[in-house]
Amino acid sequence: MPLALDIALGHLKRRKRQTLVSVLGVALGVGFFIGMTSLMRGFQTYFVQQVIDVAPHVVMKDEFRRPDLQPVELAFAGGAVEVRGVKPRDTVRGIREAGAKLAAIEAMPGVAVAPMLRGPALLRYGARDTSVSIGGIDPERERRVTNIEKDMTEGRLEDLRSTANGVIVGIGVAQRLGAKVGDTVTAISPAGVTQPFRIVGIIATGVTAIDASEAYVLLRLAQVLLDRPNVINSLRIRLDDVREAEPLARRLESVFRYRTESWEESNRNILGLFVIQNAIMYSVVGAILLVAAFGIYNIISTVVHEKARDIAILKSLGFRAADIQRIFVLEGAIVGVAGAIAGWGVGIGLIEALAQVRFDQVGPVIQGRSGFLLAREWWPYLAGAVFALVAATVAAFIPARRASRLNPVEIVRGAA
Amino acid sequence: MSTILRAEGVTRVLPGPQPVTLVRDIDFALSPGEFVAVTGPSGSGKSSLLYLLGLLDRPTEGRISIEGRDTAAMSENELAATRLARLGFVFQFHFLLPEFTTLDNLLIPMRRLGRWDEAEREDRARALLASLGMDEAAGKLPEQLSGGMRQRAAIARALANDPALLLADEPTGNLDTRNARTVFDIFERLVADEHRSVIVVTHDQEQAARAPRQVRLVDGRIVHDSARD
Repeated sequence: MPLALDIALGHLKRRKRQTLVSVLGVALGVGFFIGMTSLMRGFQTYFVQQVIDVAPHVVMKDEFRRPDLQPVELAFAGGAVEVRGVKPRDTVRGIREAGAKLAAIEAMPGVAVAPMLRGPALLRYGARDTSVSIGGIDPERERRVTNIEKDMTEGRLEDLRSTANGVIVGIGVAQRLGAKVGDTVTAISPAGVTQPFRIVGIIATGVTAIDASEAYVLLRLAQVLLDRPNVINSLRIRLDDVREAEPLARRLESVFRYRTESWEESNRNILGLFVIQNAIMYSVVGAILLVAAFGIYNIISTVVHEKARDIAILKSLGFRAADIQRIFVLEGAIVGVAGAIAGWGVGIGLIEALAQVRFDQVGPVIQGRSGFLLAREWWPYLAGAVFALVAATVAAFIPARRASRLNPVEIVRGAA
Repeated sequence: MSTILRAEGVTRVLPGPQPVTLVRDIDFALSPGEFVAVTGPSGSGKSSLLYLLGLLDRPTEGRISIEGRDTAAMSENELAATRLARLGFVFQFHFLLPEFTTLDNLLIPMRRLGRWDEAEREDRARALLASLGMDEAAGKLPEQLSGGMRQRAAIARALANDPALLLADEPTGNLDTRNARTVFDIFERLVADEHRSVIVVTHDQEQAARAPRQVRLVDGRIVHDSARD
């Protein structure tokens, strides 16, 4: 064993209780970092996975990010031009030449696309009614783009085609209407069109907002109901590689001009919340490790103070200032390493304890799960250990440097 | 005769609002195998001179050379290397590292020097302890040793790297007469049998008288050096 390490271990063994407290401080910091990271990442990963699984990765909408420029603005770009009182043209909303765009996108490798016309409607069953968002879909394409088929608890997606005027409703919608598969409901659109539909399926995504407000019919039936023949108002895209969503959205928008959002853009608010959530979590854990680092600083300072005579004798024996500094920095590093290893144990224990927690009294929280969603990843263990080691070494560095600068003559005189 | 240590016009002043002169205008030369006792009243600068000669402190004026090498131009690391390989220190307190056994305390300077392999180091350390009658102390912690044994262990540690010069600062200050005598017996033997040089700062006139050369300091000056007077 290297001499400096031997002496450093000797010092720490001599002060078992203080060493143990310092190690425990680091261990708690690392352990909580691992546990909290698992908890946060578990939920965030689940959420992102849900978003990626349930929703399309890219959506092209029948709107534009910026209004068209007026001819005078185009002619004098950058000039002091202000146009007032512009009356927008009365155009039919929808994606123009949607078929061509659909074909162009479909031709791209690793891309599936489905058209949709979505609009509001009222569903009535007997004396009960509820407003829904009706989505007109192409079942064949839809199943390649969303999880609608997996989310169906009753009926099949093909039934939309095989049944005249079939409709699939969210489980919340069915409950509100008191209707079940096989029942016929009446749909009334804002255009004044009234049409009977037979419920052929029920979906339960686990997201209340969707289950309580959405219904799906064939695209052509939605076009009739909403009185928008041959119109679609969104193209929904799913990718083999979800990381390509943002670049593809930007590319499609630059080519077709229609507002095209990736799943990241659509969920930017929530993803932003995750960033804040993570910042809070890492700040709290960082504070724990900071306190632990102060503990290490304290113990090494005390050791330096107590070991002044030893430092003097080591210097008189021929140890250099760098040798002395190395001994005390090593002491900090040893506490850091021991704390990190113990912290791994605390982290594993914490995760296992959190995994046992059940919220039985409030029922299933997320998709039938009644406990925490925990991510089990290796990187928090590495990151926690590196942070602990760095914090411990830095905390030890200051007293170590002071130790290396001690004048042996002054100490020996003081001792005599 | 060659000199192992030479001090020429050495003065040490502690800086401050009222500077304090610890030693002034010291001329001193030491030959191999010489045994010198430095005496003088308290505050006469005995220990300060020893720290200067032992390269733990630097003179304000004058120069000190070890085995012909001027130490003024040496870096702190070079001074440390010289102390490690050529000098041995014994203080009034033993300063053994309390976490380590007596044997391990002896091994520390040897491990730092790195001149011998592990087996050689241990053989040397055990032989040193045996030569000082401390075979049984090898595995004991300093706190398990008597005062006299601790000081002998400290002498053994000072000799671990086979130094040419041993410097002792009041090595018998905390010992009874019997143990003080034993320590000086060891010094005599180191000079006579191993031809090492020894400088001892002491208040103990009876033991000091055993050294062939006597140096007396008063107010930081050498007022008597039996080698010259």
